[in-house]
Amino acid sequence: MRYTPHTVTDKERMLREIGCASVEDLYRHVPQSLREHAAIGLPAGLTELEVRRRMAALAARNDSAADWSFFLGGGIYHHFIPSAVDATISRAEFSTSYTPYQPEVSQGTLQALFEYQTLICQLTGMDVSNAAVYDGASAVAEAVLMSRRIQPAKKRRVLMSRALHPQYRAVVATYLKNLDDVRLEEVPFDAGRGATDFEQLKRLLDDQTMCVLLGYPNFFGVIEEPAPIRAACDSVGAHLVTVTSEPLSLALLKPPGEFGADIAVGEGQSLGVPMSLGGPAFGFFACQNKFVRNIPGRLVGETVDSEGQRGFVLTLATREQHIRREKATSNICTSQTLCALAATVYMALLGKSGLRRIAEINVARAHDACARLIAQRGFASRFSAPFFNEFVMQSENLSQLFADCTARRMVPGIPLAPWYPELKDSFLMCVTEMNEREEIDQLVRTSAG
Amino acid sequence: MSEPAQDRKRSQVAPPKLLFESGSPGRSAVEWAGEGAKVEESIPSHLLRRDIDGFPELGELEVLRHFTGLSQRNFSIESQFYPLGSCTMKYNPKINEVVARLPGFALLHPMASPEHLQGALAMLFELEQMLAEVAGMEHVSLQPSAGAQGELTGLMMIRACLSERGDPRKKIIVPDTAHGTNPASSTLCGYDVIQISSNDKGVIDAAAVEKVMDGDVAAIMITNPNTLGLFESNIEAIAQIVHAKGGMVYLDGANLNALMGVAKPGHMGVDVLHMNLHKTFSTPHGGGGPGAGPVGVKAPLRDYLPVPRIVHAGDKFVLHEIEPKSVGRVRSFLGNFGVLLRAYTYILSLGGDGLAEASRMALLNANYIRKKLEKSYQLAYNEPCMHECILTDRIQHKNGVSTLDIAKRLLDYGYHPPTIYFPLVVSGALMIEPTETESPETLDGFCDAMLAIAQEAKDDPELVKSAPHSTPVRRLDEARAARKPVLRWENGRAKSRSTDP
Amino acid sequence: MEFPEGLKYSKEHEWVLVEGTSATIGITEYAQEELGDIVFVELPEVGEKIVKDDPFGAVESVKAVSDIYAPVSGAVVETNEILPDNPETINDDPYGDGWMVRVELSDIDDLKDLMDADEYAEYVAQQKEDDDEEDDDEDEDDIEEDDDDKVK
Repeated sequence: MRYTPHTVTDKERMLREIGCASVEDLYRHVPQSLREHAAIGLPAGLTELEVRRRMAALAARNDSAADWSFFLGGGIYHHFIPSAVDATISRAEFSTSYTPYQPEVSQGTLQALFEYQTLICQLTGMDVSNAAVYDGASAVAEAVLMSRRIQPAKKRRVLMSRALHPQYRAVVATYLKNLDDVRLEEVPFDAGRGATDFEQLKRLLDDQTMCVLLGYPNFFGVIEEPAPIRAACDSVGAHLVTVTSEPLSLALLKPPGEFGADIAVGEGQSLGVPMSLGGPAFGFFACQNKFVRNIPGRLVGETVDSEGQRGFVLTLATREQHIRREKATSNICTSQTLCALAATVYMALLGKSGLRRIAEINVARAHDACARLIAQRGFASRFSAPFFNEFVMQSENLSQLFADCTARRMVPGIPLAPWYPELKDSFLMCVTEMNEREEIDQLVRTSAG
Repeated sequence: MSEPAQDRKRSQVAPPKLLFESGSPGRSAVEWAGEGAKVEESIPSHLLRRDIDGFPELGELEVLRHFTGLSQRNFSIESQFYPLGSCTMKYNPKINEVVARLPGFALLHPMASPEHLQGALAMLFELEQMLAEVAGMEHVSLQPSAGAQGELTGLMMIRACLSERGDPRKKIIVPDTAHGTNPASSTLCGYDVIQISSNDKGVIDAAAVEKVMDGDVAAIMITNPNTLGLFESNIEAIAQIVHAKGGMVYLDGANLNALMGVAKPGHMGVDVLHMNLHKTFSTPHGGGGPGAGPVGVKAPLRDYLPVPRIVHAGDKFVLHEIEPKSVGRVRSFLGNFGVLLRAYTYILSLGGDGLAEASRMALLNANYIRKKLEKSYQLAYNEPCMHECILTDRIQHKNGVSTLDIAKRLLDYGYHPPTIYFPLVVSGALMIEPTETESPETLDGFCDAMLAIAQEAKDDPELVKSAPHSTPVRRLDEARAARKPVLRWENGRAKSRSTDP
Repeated sequence: MEFPEGLKYSKEHEWVLVEGTSATIGITEYAQEELGDIVFVELPEVGEKIVKDDPFGAVESVKAVSDIYAPVSGAVVETNEILPDNPETINDDPYGDGWMVRVELSDIDDLKDLMDADEYAEYVAQQKEDDDEEDDDEDEDDIEEDDDDKVK
């Protein structure tokens, strides 16, 4: 399959118009030494039918949530996606359009992004949101960079909870490695509660602290107590950055804006984007109004056209790389717009009552599963703090459990040993509205040995 | 404010509302069977919120009509010719969409252990090799989410490599024609930017590089072909100069669509590059992403590639999260997997021969347009271009018509305008990249429109200067949007017509 | 184009109104025209010191940012408070209501390097001519024939 429509006649006509004998003539500026070795050593192209078959075979070699029971969270969540979401983002007018630099013919994308920005503000309780970044992990990194742009030079310590998603912590470390003035430090978590250790945090906070990074809920699914942390940050003038990788939780939890977070970021995949092995999804990024000129990424603003009709445009573009170049707030150009659109459609479909309802079901099923499991011999709940739809379960024989589950096409959770050696007997389990009662029954039966 | 003149013969359809301006309290499009839940039994009430103020409350048909209506206010590749320079707006094949939606790909969880993901990992591993082959590089990482993130990753690897040699260096050389992400990524990586100018032929002189190259320059970032659509003919000499003083060469691969089967960056002295899968490899632009910006390196930089790495161990694929010299993670999980999958499917469909033909036809199409328009528009450079050509508004400016006006008038003809005012070194640039998936008839139609506008610029400049006339909205007030930013809807805001002056 | 007599002008297109040891600074009509619709102005804080020839703020239009360079050195005693909410004032009245900062001069000799109205008017005329010449040069390059382009 080639998708190039040119026939031999077409090529001849066009070459005549150009005044060249052959297409190769168009390359005469390219040194011969390069052209000689440029052949692409890949097999010939396949027909569409051959491609379909090949890809179906590859897909069949994977275990997916279609025929396995996954109790997996850890930053990516299996939620119900209404059919209308895919129907909308499959429209070529949305999927094959470009970044909306010509606003008069991009009002579809621009208005949808304006709606997206509004929904994120409403969900997080923050004043302003951008039009999405790559993922939750890079959103945290961008938040730190933004805090650095705002805070005075003496404030360059970043306090990062160890209960924050390990991959997010890794990405922040990567981004900061190249900036000599910033120091990244970890705040331990309380081994009993599973939340950030507040006493330790207070001990670490000082007038050099730039920002505090807090999972909300954190990687263990635990809901942190935000109010005292906000107060502690205030006492030293540090920014509070909340990180939410399961934004469905915000349908029920106090939103970051309500307890005064400076910046609220997270992963948006939960909101209508398929799991797709972790990508593409999107990172959401919201903050207080006073920081708006420092925000990274695209912003869509409302305006009017020459006849007074409301319209939308990309705005405050002077922050961005194509104008500010080396002084830009970020280098981000292409981000994750179509995924943000999926989230917009999802939130529109579920609406105020629907989002709350799905979140309530998550809470009910997760707490029910947790209670039933800890009633089994050899299982215990690891942490005492409240949780949304994820929790850490301690098991006497972790490997046996996982082996037994595999035999029944189940994955009970994520073993924590790779990131938290002290928790090597524990795994992170997530239960959503997609886990039927029968699945939980089967898991409980299997755990009984 | 006076009401604008109502032309009763024009469409009376009201402009679209926002999601928050329609609907009715209690409405939702999603039903769920089964149990209610008392959240307060599980979560202390002081941690809970009230309802989400202002969240939409709509039925399913309302939502679909809303978004379908919005979609009809968008141009897109599938509806219009979209010749944006350096964006490579080629056809996005439908088979890629079918494949990406297979449950065996769409319903995979990245935290499942690798034995559950062997098909996916095999595909990713093979894609790394395919991209390495096309670019003439030796190792690839698929992690970066977009070209800009690929640039940052590449620069981080250079920095890590030089630091290990005890010679970190402080500067990056960036040409004046570079995309804005180049200097922005350099700054993010902690480097200072030295800008050099292209010569009057639109390419970089080796001598210009020699002048600024010293032991404190870590690398040069070069785009080839450059953003003027010209092959950087001195690239091998430039690479030698940079290498001789211990620096490295980074290639911005955004314009790779011109080079497939023609010249491999790996043979030009390039040490590291990124590719844009949402450009060269047909994955949809989505109105601004998602994309993917894989990086390719030569052997000396291999150890610094980001994690996780996909490793073929025996007959299985595994993931290495810890590689001692790696720059680390640049994003979560395994990159934009769905985008990578589409690119893989595309490469399978085209094969080596198809990719080479794509580049050849991309050049044919661009030069055809250049030739047809060169008498009516001033060319930025009077020589054959590669996959894109640049015109300017110099001729039309004599009547007060600018590049912006020409672009807006093209909308009335049903074409998305080319890239405008970039690169900055060309005043009033119109950068046209047709791509290979366009037929000669489409190109003829576009050229006819451009010629008509050139004529209008002479005969009736006001018509062009007040364009567009037929789009869903007229020219939008961007100054107002920047002066008084309104970045969200709020309860009690004015409706679809502004009442403010 | 206006070039008010009582002002001094810098090569970077700022104007200075000197009153004793105090100097009011803004950008000229030529500058605001080149920039287009101004949407945002970044000004220093009161009390900050500005240094001759160094940037002390920025002016943003929709598609561009321009640094403003200090024509003189001094300490900022006042900034124009209407500009944050009404940046377009600079477009409408660049020499009057569109003033940007008032400083206490630290070195009266700085004024020697500035131009008076006539000199500045000439300078602007030269700038415009140079722009035209550049364009003419480009035209000349295009007229030269490149042998390779001849049809074979």
